Amino acid sequence: MTDAIAQTPDEPRRVDVGSLMAHDERTRRRNRAERRFQLYGLTAIGVGLLALVVLLVSILSQGLPAFQQTFITLDVHLDATKLDKNGTRDIEEIKKVSTFGYAPLIKAAAEAKMEELGINPEEFGVTGKDAQAMISKEAAAQLRRFVIANPDRIGDTVEFEFLANGRIDGYYKGRVTMESAERDSNVSPGQLQLADALKQGGALSKHFNWSFITAADASENRPEAAGIGVAIIGSLYMMIVVLCLALPIGVAASIYLEEFAPTNWFTDLIEVNISNLAAVPSIVFGILGLAIFINYAGLPQSAPIVGGLVLTLMTLPTIIISTRASLKSVPPSIRDAALGVGASKMQSVFHHVLPLAMPGILTGTIIGLAQALGETAPLMLIGMVAFVREFPSAPPEGFFDPASALPVQVYNWTQRADPAFVERASGAIIVLLLFLLCMNMIAIILRRRFERRW
Amino acid sequence: MSLVKLTASTLAIAAVSATAAAARDNVQVAGSSTVLPYASIVAEAFGENFDFPTPVVESGGSSAGLKRFCEGVGENTIDIANASRAIREKEIEACAAAGVTDIVEVRIGYDGIVFASQIDGPAFDALEPADLFNALSDKVLKDGEIVDNPYTKWSEFNADLPDVEIIAFPPGTKHGTREVFEEKVILIGCEESGAFEAMVAGGMSEDDAERACISLRTDGKAVDIDGDYTETLARIDANPNGVGIFGLAFYENNQDKLKVATMSGIVPSTESIASGEYPVSRPLYFYIKKAHVGVIPGLQEYASFFVADEIAGPDGPLSAYGLVSDPELADTQGLVENLTTMGEGM
Repeated sequence: MTDAIAQTPDEPRRVDVGSLMAHDERTRRRNRAERRFQLYGLTAIGVGLLALVVLLVSILSQGLPAFQQTFITLDVHLDATKLDKNGTRDIEEIKKVSTFGYAPLIKAAAEAKMEELGINPEEFGVTGKDAQAMISKEAAAQLRRFVIANPDRIGDTVEFEFLANGRIDGYYKGRVTMESAERDSNVSPGQLQLADALKQGGALSKHFNWSFITAADASENRPEAAGIGVAIIGSLYMMIVVLCLALPIGVAASIYLEEFAPTNWFTDLIEVNISNLAAVPSIVFGILGLAIFINYAGLPQSAPIVGGLVLTLMTLPTIIISTRASLKSVPPSIRDAALGVGASKMQSVFHHVLPLAMPGILTGTIIGLAQALGETAPLMLIGMVAFVREFPSAPPEGFFDPASALPVQVYNWTQRADPAFVERASGAIIVLLLFLLCMNMIAIILRRRFERRW
Repeated sequence: MSLVKLTASTLAIAAVSATAAAARDNVQVAGSSTVLPYASIVAEAFGENFDFPTPVVESGGSSAGLKRFCEGVGENTIDIANASRAIREKEIEACAAAGVTDIVEVRIGYDGIVFASQIDGPAFDALEPADLFNALSDKVLKDGEIVDNPYTKWSEFNADLPDVEIIAFPPGTKHGTREVFEEKVILIGCEESGAFEAMVAGGMSEDDAERACISLRTDGKAVDIDGDYTETLARIDANPNGVGIFGLAFYENNQDKLKVATMSGIVPSTESIASGEYPVSRPLYFYIKKAHVGVIPGLQEYASFFVADEIAGPDGPLSAYGLVSDPELADTQGLVENLTTMGEGM
């Protein structure tokens, strides 16, 4: 530049600014840096998306088969000589026949079915006992339940759709192959061939399995019968408790802190503590829950009420923080206008500020609930990681009955020995993800529809 | 404002809590994760065949279960603790201090512990306790001297074993299986290989020598698995040469992925364990709080059902799942029938 100034005035100034159309070196460098930065960003998003896709593909490919199940249809003769020896049709007498007493009926029905279809199990090297083993052990329980509910049907021949054993089912899902059956003492290739023959005869079919969603957990002997019904209800009950407690407490606390509380060291202290609590590991709340709610207050173990209380403690900071943020985002002019026309402080808050902040509060609450829904660690300490077969009764008593929860059910199933449970765990994850997706979607809709911008 | 309504309903819930907490009609069980599958099979069958609700079975480990068992007597304590080892003297004292004095010990059968490798990997069919000691212990006997474990391949100390790198996945120290592994395999191997004698001769006390025997090497060839058997299985899946330690029932459920190793030439099975030929097994127990019998409906019935022949017998569902049924089951049945507490019958 000094050169340019030193030049004589009658000569035109020649500063090489270049053309506006062509970039100079420095601009090009800056543009390159920007492109590079964009590329980094895209790569980051790409990695994230890839991880998501891998996760979803692995969960879906493993879990979707859980919604389908292989069934075997049999005509069972409800033999009166076995089920009701005295012929009194007395329900107490009938109840004395245990599920072990029903197994021979199923065996006979399986043999009759094979004869009807012209299948000789001996051809495949399958004994009568092995052929019976192809039907789930749940079948006897299913039969007994039917007979106790309909004692007048004893003596009839009734068509039943029984679950196929987990390994036979695995064969139609690709989990069990002829080679693996060769090595496995739990299933033989002959049984698989027999299953194929039954399928051709129309006695064996695979279709959607509602009981995966509605049934209770099952023991390791019958993975095919396990469902997430109790877990869904347990999770639902816990969410009700969390919603009923965390929302009013959280909103009341934040309104006071945001609108009424004086600013002094005490409220500052509370504020710091709330932010800290939001970052406390969830297992700490479990320890607290065990000490206070179970050992001190004497609430029952494995109950959704205790789970709900613990999760409430965990969710409160999230709700308070988001509620305060949305109260803060309501412009002061609204408050001033309300106060200006003579409203009291409380009227201005409840009539004007709170309705405007509601979408934000609800969004925060739903996100807090979604967080609580997926939480496992605190539940381990209060006895919810358990084998629960009984459905809890209707609320409010049901809150005190033992129940499981969805994430806990997933954790439980991944620990079991039978590989069929891996599929069910992934199936439960899919259901859990669907719930989370729905909740997040409701949060987005609420925000989109009701949020006001200034 | 609906706030008032919500507060009212919260109060209502709290009020109900006082009444609902008063009655529990289901049996609550907690304890060993090894016993959990058996207990859940029994609980399921119990719920199906009786008018009582299905017992709730929690896992969490023998020690955790017994600790909760010993918390006291009352509705919000558990009724039964499952354990993969016998209750310890210290735990009985803790129980007594909390008022749990009458405990019925029920042995339900035996659990085999097996060594298995990947199905496509090399076969370990000449395994002896001494081999596992040589492979995994921190200090071994080599050329008459106690040295830091120098072995890197199985074939270096037993020519019948595969010529592959040593890598094993024993259960972590918090597992009950680990104790059995140390006592029935490593310690025996230590004595058989002569290392124990050499250590004692070298001036160690017997207790110190025992401790030295069971301390595993830390150079990455013995990887402790603190998770459950599914984690060990995943490690074996990734490691063709790895040897894992499993419960018999877990192995029987995953025979298409695992190849079992013989111990002293014996293939582990419910039969060979019941006959005592296969050496690595341990008894499984559950403990009943006698004070709860008659208070919690179904407790006595559940216990009797558990040890009934049709359940725990050699042809029952527990045996089918992998439990080695107890030859003295009849005695156990009598014990449950009379609720003979510990100390009474002995």
